[in-house]
Amino acid sequence: MSALSGLDPDAAEPERTSGVPDPTAPLTATGNLRRRLAVSRVLEIAAVAAAVLAVGVFFFVVYAVAERGLGAISFHFLTSDPNLVDVGAGGIAPAIVGSAIIVALATAIAMPLGVLIALFLIEYAGNSTGRVVRLVLDLMNGLPTVVVAFMVYGLIVLGTKTESGYAASIALAIIMLPLIARSSHQVLLLVPGSLREAADALGVSRWRTVVGVILPSALGGIVTATILAAARAAGESAPLIILDSLVIGEVVHINPLHGLAAMPLTVFNYLETGTPAAVSQAWGTALVLMALILAANVGARVFLARNRSRLGL
Amino acid sequence: MSVTVRPGGRPGGRQSGGRAGSTGDRVLFGLCAFAGLVAIVVLAEVIYQVISGASPAISRFGLGFIWHTAWKPNLFVFGAGEMLEATLVTSFMALILAAPLGIAIGLFLSMLAPRRVRTVIGPLVEMLAAIPSVVLGLWGVIVLAPFVQSTIEPFLHSVLGFIPIFGPPQTTGLSVFTAGLVLTIMVVPIIASLSRDLFLAVPRELQDGAEALGATRWEVIRGVVLPTTTSGVIAACLLGLGRALGEAVAVALVIGGGSTIHSSVFDPGTSAAARIINEIESLDNKLHLDSLFYLALILLVIGVLTNLAAQAIARSVGGQQAMLIR
Repeated sequence: MSALSGLDPDAAEPERTSGVPDPTAPLTATGNLRRRLAVSRVLEIAAVAAAVLAVGVFFFVVYAVAERGLGAISFHFLTSDPNLVDVGAGGIAPAIVGSAIIVALATAIAMPLGVLIALFLIEYAGNSTGRVVRLVLDLMNGLPTVVVAFMVYGLIVLGTKTESGYAASIALAIIMLPLIARSSHQVLLLVPGSLREAADALGVSRWRTVVGVILPSALGGIVTATILAAARAAGESAPLIILDSLVIGEVVHINPLHGLAAMPLTVFNYLETGTPAAVSQAWGTALVLMALILAANVGARVFLARNRSRLGL
Repeated sequence: MSVTVRPGGRPGGRQSGGRAGSTGDRVLFGLCAFAGLVAIVVLAEVIYQVISGASPAISRFGLGFIWHTAWKPNLFVFGAGEMLEATLVTSFMALILAAPLGIAIGLFLSMLAPRRVRTVIGPLVEMLAAIPSVVLGLWGVIVLAPFVQSTIEPFLHSVLGFIPIFGPPQTTGLSVFTAGLVLTIMVVPIIASLSRDLFLAVPRELQDGAEALGATRWEVIRGVVLPTTTSGVIAACLLGLGRALGEAVAVALVIGGGSTIHSSVFDPGTSAAARIINEIESLDNKLHLDSLFYLALILLVIGVLTNLAAQAIARSVGGQQAMLIR
């Protein structure tokens, strides 16, 4: 058995020769066992150190952004338009509104499609069809975001000759789709079979079972998956730079058929500008963006945990 | 915490009537099938658009584009060689650093940490992946790069300087090396959470058996846990690599934008995705755009290939691939 291959072949040997073990000997490891325990201990500590390092980097990044961003943030910063003359005196209201619109539109496209795909996998797809759809989702999930953005660029921007918020929304929707579909699929698999059987026994038709029983009991997980995907999309910057960056964004716009300002774009552009005032604005925007995304992540996890304990999963 | 999903018998076909139900049933089936079709069409459209956008550049430069190193938009000369080199160097550096770290964290979260610690540390590591790449890039430029330039690069140069890879540090700290570090931060949480799920799925009896034979913690890990999950862990690393290969904005910000191949990782460079981000808004001519599309096509091919390889390896043991995609 391969389980034994990892064991030290010498391990069984030491101090056997004396025959009867000394019953008064203290129960401490000696010799070879001591070495093996030491090796194990060292590697356990290394694993703990790796975890501490990752968590440390996380907190260090969060701290660095918070430390530099807090100075820039004020009510004025959040609610006013950028000031093109005196950059440091401006705000990021158009970027907040634009980000919200772009992500909301992307979610509105991706969530229904994602849930329907998950339902298709659960309810209808045969073995081979299901395999094809799952493979397609996995490949979509593995596409670099710049590639997705180029698809939309070829499809929309080259045709209309303008960059726009809705082009960015479509790219973000394509990025979100596999995330929502895969997670919803996993959640739907967890719906207890007894619920279906109860509905069947009552003679409920399939679509009523799906709409009235299966989807409601999976709703918590689906909402969580959607929030996580939306949070991921809100932080994406490559599609925005490729599809929606010819924006001045001096005032709040809400029409996604035109260019919309967005927070990741604002961070990128202010950083490229490079003056101290602009970089300070970039930190402020980065803090707002990161705080929103991390809050969405924490919220989704808490929501899922409560939902799970309610369902007794 | 993590729930192993065992897809049992497919619930479809439970009704003897099949699809010939009421209107509602047919509408639901239609919607679901339509959504499945949309996914397939979108992927096909991505491939089609990128290939058709790149086709003028493909017919002009052929496959030579991949290794030619000159990139002079104003002279209509384009070659991806230096960018692909930078892409590969940064991504593999990230993989080499992130794989042991991520696997160690996965082991910690699945086998070593008490439950309470696990439920705190696990989400924190995953939140590292939630930090937007542009924020990580900003942090990389202003916080990490100066530190790398003043501390890490001189140290590595003085210790390992006899290897040409570790040349003298440059002035800004914006370098291939810094880009690799930023990518490492992005890849570690991916490998960590995927490998944690794999380790948690290792049958408890095997571990108990090894422990009953007197194996230490590490011997259980080396003798039981790692051998039974090898292919899944490799697949997880490949998925992390795929993420690193396609990352654009964070790399564009910290890699520094040099345009020649250097032997030293402390020199600036430009990766393929970073080049796209830097130049998409300042196109010199149509061929310039076509060449950027060609770069995107190369990234598409690399992305699809790493993904397929990960799937194939994960499937080779069977059963584990369901765990791989969260």
